[in-house]
Amino acid sequence: MNEGRTKRRHGRSETAQGYLLVATPFAYALLLLAVPLGAIVMFSFWTQDYLTLDKTLTLKNYREAFSEPLYGELLIRSLLVSGAVTLATVLTAFPIAYFVSFYVPPERKSMWIFLITIPFWTSYLIRVFLWKVILGYNGVFNTTLLGLGIIDEPLTFILYNVNAVVITLAHAYAPFAILPIFVALEKIDRTLLEAGRDLGESYVMTFFRVTLPLAMPGVVAAVLIVFIPTIGDYVTPRLVGGPDGLMIANMIQTQFLKLNNAPMGAALAVLAMAMVGAVALVFLALTRRFLRGQ
Amino acid sequence: MKDTLGVTRPIITLDNVEKYYGDYYALRGITAEINQGEFFSLLGPSGCGKTTLLRTIAGFEEPSSGRVTIDGKDMAGVPANVRPTNMVFQSYAIFPHLTVAQNVGFGLRREPLTRKEKERKVVEALEMVGLKGFGARAAHALSGGQRQRVALARALILEPKVLLLDEPLSALDKKMREQMQMELRRLQRQVGITFILVTHDQEEALIMSDRIAVMFEGQIAQLDTPQVLYRRPVSRQVGEFIGVMNFLPAKATVGPDTHIEVEAAGLGRAVIGADQLPGGWHPGQTQSVGIRPETMSILFEGETTDRRVATGIVEDRAYYGDMTYYEVRLDGVEKPMTISMKNLVGRPVLERGSQARVAWDARSLVLFA
Repeated sequence: MNEGRTKRRHGRSETAQGYLLVATPFAYALLLLAVPLGAIVMFSFWTQDYLTLDKTLTLKNYREAFSEPLYGELLIRSLLVSGAVTLATVLTAFPIAYFVSFYVPPERKSMWIFLITIPFWTSYLIRVFLWKVILGYNGVFNTTLLGLGIIDEPLTFILYNVNAVVITLAHAYAPFAILPIFVALEKIDRTLLEAGRDLGESYVMTFFRVTLPLAMPGVVAAVLIVFIPTIGDYVTPRLVGGPDGLMIANMIQTQFLKLNNAPMGAALAVLAMAMVGAVALVFLALTRRFLRGQ
Repeated sequence: MKDTLGVTRPIITLDNVEKYYGDYYALRGITAEINQGEFFSLLGPSGCGKTTLLRTIAGFEEPSSGRVTIDGKDMAGVPANVRPTNMVFQSYAIFPHLTVAQNVGFGLRREPLTRKEKERKVVEALEMVGLKGFGARAAHALSGGQRQRVALARALILEPKVLLLDEPLSALDKKMREQMQMELRRLQRQVGITFILVTHDQEEALIMSDRIAVMFEGQIAQLDTPQVLYRRPVSRQVGEFIGVMNFLPAKATVGPDTHIEVEAAGLGRAVIGADQLPGGWHPGQTQSVGIRPETMSILFEGETTDRRVATGIVEDRAYYGDMTYYEVRLDGVEKPMTISMKNLVGRPVLERGSQARVAWDARSLVLFA
């Protein structure tokens, strides 16, 4: 009896301590995550006419989002651009991560990783502008190719369109893909690769049967880290995307700031979020077998 | 194993194999023949080159010079994946992303078998190592001993000419290790494949091997059967590494009738046979004799013997239950020597400081330079 009571009292104080510990991050999450998110969701069910906000709940915004083809087009384009950016980023990041993990001597690895993060020392905006300089009509890329006599007139398909958006974003997000893949590759016990060779497989087949499956957690992480933020990017499409390179975030920005239609912007934001969430979940479900047991 | 003509056939020939990294020699002048179907061990302290030699045979390291021949074929430039060897790694190297059955069947991809046949082979291999019904388990959910069995099955399923084992038992606890020693031995006899075991555990090597190569500093110090290695080590280093050996300063001369006469500190004069002098040098070079603890015995009071007797004082003793290990300082010798005695019925355990009469035989002396 007595013992039970002490235990219960002890247990209660432990629970109290637990709540106390969780309280700060919980308040943080509530104020900075749940409240803004809730506000956006609320807004999406309201309507606005110039300066008056009508707070009656309605699905009008969503109806408009689905009936107006421009919104759908922008959403699909955002999805495709993000997909292309993710593909390009991960495909270029993998060899870099592989090189650093497998061919750089251990004592130099941290220096290499440090060098990879150097582009982050400059502002994102400046990096996007620099890509304009590189890809422009009289830019570094075109002048070089012209000078080498490879092309006769400057290439125009590399700036102010979707291609430019993909190139710029792929560069901007490269470290975010390199790092998780590098970590996954570092975790692979090198004896496993010898075992693959010992059991009769060539270097190439060992890569596909051992290295790649074991690096998949890093690849999955890289895909999500690149895909989720790029779909909402609006700086890059605004600066290098031209009229055809605009994405859903640009429309959300326009709704909020130019058209003074926050509820419509909120509805589009909710739709974009739902789409990202759905794609990410489907992707995780498809790659689940690689994420088990490691 | 003898072939049809009754001749022992080498499956692996190592011809003056050397490996150096810069000016560091990992292997020097390794020359040896490993016979078809034998259980061969590479024994030595860490850093002696035994693992490097095993990896050279497997094809993970190219020798800097010399030749490795497996089954009559020169292995120069032959990569690990096409050599007729398979390896059980020290860490077992079980693929964590595959099931037990997928691990065991990993090497079968290129075999010209139907899926059914492959599945049957996997089941058989698992049965052979005592893991029947484990096929569907995730590899990461296995215990150390089970991982080792998976590694064994995965290598043996490919029916290699030679199975290479890199300290496979060092990660297991004592009981498990002893059980696996017996099981490996049984498995080797059953499949008849040549096993090459790398180990730093001399007891393990003695228990399991047909022959052992003792290695120090990249060289083979002695290559022989466990019994010869134990009884007739060629150097103090080998004698010290395998089991316990006592060393006493000694001089030897060739007497009349080509008998060798030894004068060992604390023991006195003795005549020994020529086989007790490790080959290659003149008895005059002898500087010490070695004698194993169990070849001597302490006589209890009043006991008589026709063996040689030396006297000394018990400096220390360690009681092990079945055995007592005495540290006895012989008269005229500074360093005490170890003598092990079985605790037979009625035999008293001597106390520190008591006088001891030590019986020994000239036949158990080994001469060293």
